[in-house]
Amino acid sequence: MFKYYPQDADKNIPETPISPEHMRYLKKIRREKIIIRLTQLIILFLAFALWEIFARLRIVDPFITSQPSRIIQTMGNLYREGVLFQHIGVTCLETVIGFLLGTIIGVIAAITLWWSKFLSEVMEPYLVILNSLPKIALGPVFIVWIGAGPVAIIVMTLAISLIVTILEVLSGFLSVDQEKIKLVQIFGGSRFQVLTKVLLPASFPNIINALKVNVGLSWVGVIVGEFLVSKAGLGYLIVYGGQVFKLDLVMTSVVILGMAAAIMYQGVVYLERFLLRKNQRGF
Amino acid sequence: MKAKVELHNIGMKYQSPNGEINALENINLTVYDREFVCIVGPSGCGKSTLLSIMSGLLPPTSGYLLLNGEKITGTSKKIGYMLQKDHLFGWRTILENVLLGLEIQKAITPETKARAAELLKTYGLYEFRNKYPNQLSGGMRQRAALIRTLMTDPEILLLDEAFSALDYQTRLAVTEDIYGIIKQENKTAILVTHDIAEAISMANRVICLSKRPGTIKNIYEINLTCTKRTPLSSREAPEFRHYFQSIWKELDIHV
Repeated sequence: MFKYYPQDADKNIPETPISPEHMRYLKKIRREKIIIRLTQLIILFLAFALWEIFARLRIVDPFITSQPSRIIQTMGNLYREGVLFQHIGVTCLETVIGFLLGTIIGVIAAITLWWSKFLSEVMEPYLVILNSLPKIALGPVFIVWIGAGPVAIIVMTLAISLIVTILEVLSGFLSVDQEKIKLVQIFGGSRFQVLTKVLLPASFPNIINALKVNVGLSWVGVIVGEFLVSKAGLGYLIVYGGQVFKLDLVMTSVVILGMAAAIMYQGVVYLERFLLRKNQRGF
Repeated sequence: MKAKVELHNIGMKYQSPNGEINALENINLTVYDREFVCIVGPSGCGKSTLLSIMSGLLPPTSGYLLLNGEKITGTSKKIGYMLQKDHLFGWRTILENVLLGLEIQKAITPETKARAAELLKTYGLYEFRNKYPNQLSGGMRQRAALIRTLMTDPEILLLDEAFSALDYQTRLAVTEDIYGIIKQENKTAILVTHDIAEAISMANRVICLSKRPGTIKNIYEINLTCTKRTPLSSREAPEFRHYFQSIWKELDIHV
């Protein structure tokens, strides 16, 4: 997650045949990488193994803590009942829709606020209040207004992720060097050209950053939404499992949720790398 | 000589909640065709403001200015502007950067593209056309920025401390370079700088501005005895240090 990419470390290195020292250096980095990955896997394995052992030896009560073998069993049951992928699918779909809508509407709103200084000054206190308000408090309002269903869940997701997106993208716009804007104006560029030629490409890293934050927030929004209203989805399984005291079901859903969220985040990271390579350098 | 730019009683007052700043007052100046004029002055005297006014970006609060005898009311294709930093866009290749102005003016045609290639070839950047700015040296970047400005074929170049972001040695080389290009392309140039030596080394005339509110204090005609005038050879001319002394005294800078 916290990888350090040296920006132009390889820029000035001439292409010469690899010396033995360099070879040794490369080997050393590769070995370090493998050791780190290995340690990560061992920690994961140990955690699950200890969990299982403690539960079997009744050091902890598996009725309260569940245990890995039961989680696998529960997954199997859900799969046999034919509802496993239905629950995963519902939650993922809601998250993806919320995420995309949040990003698109957020960027458009940020552009609007940049375009009109009047509007952005008028909106400022509202944005501040909306940003600090715990959006979960609005949940019951959405249910009453929109009705219990996927739409209410998506609106909940938007409520959580939208303001953050707007503020992040807008701050990207405002941090663009004024001289770069001046340059476009000198060539006779319109406000729209300033937006497309400078602001959007220059705040590309901010937009990507907003996407990353948004992935996490979308999951929060969807799960909270599902807690409140749904009849399907991982959030529903967690709440239902908690109510009937089936901790196996709760833990299973949490584990699946963790994997789904990690996969989606990784997806955004790959998207970022792909776009950066296309949109290369200089940031 | 033909008058290119004429400034008539230009004045500029900035408004702010804390009061009014009188940046420029009563500036009258004529710049002739193919002339190289340098404007020097103490910091904060309104040099850059004056350049912004000439570019048409900033309307003066009083007075008017003419380009080829016509009033300037906004930005014009006839005026090119070079900023302190190169401001090449990191997400564009050198060629795409050079074409920025034409792209904005929707003037990209096979002919203008060919001209871009030609200019890049003439000034030694053609091989780098598909590279990104951070793969080029400071001097090359500045040259690319000049080509970007030249692409829209302006008649006048405004240079706003165009070299001051470079280190000293690169700066001398780039000055030599850019001066050569400007002369070769037969452009009229107005350079704002705080570097007296740089001003004398390039200018036909050096304009000294006073402290705020900026007014024209004195104008020096620079006549140097050297065989072929370039910024570096100018520095070796015997008159160089006399000019330096008088302009230095004129600016009357106390630390």
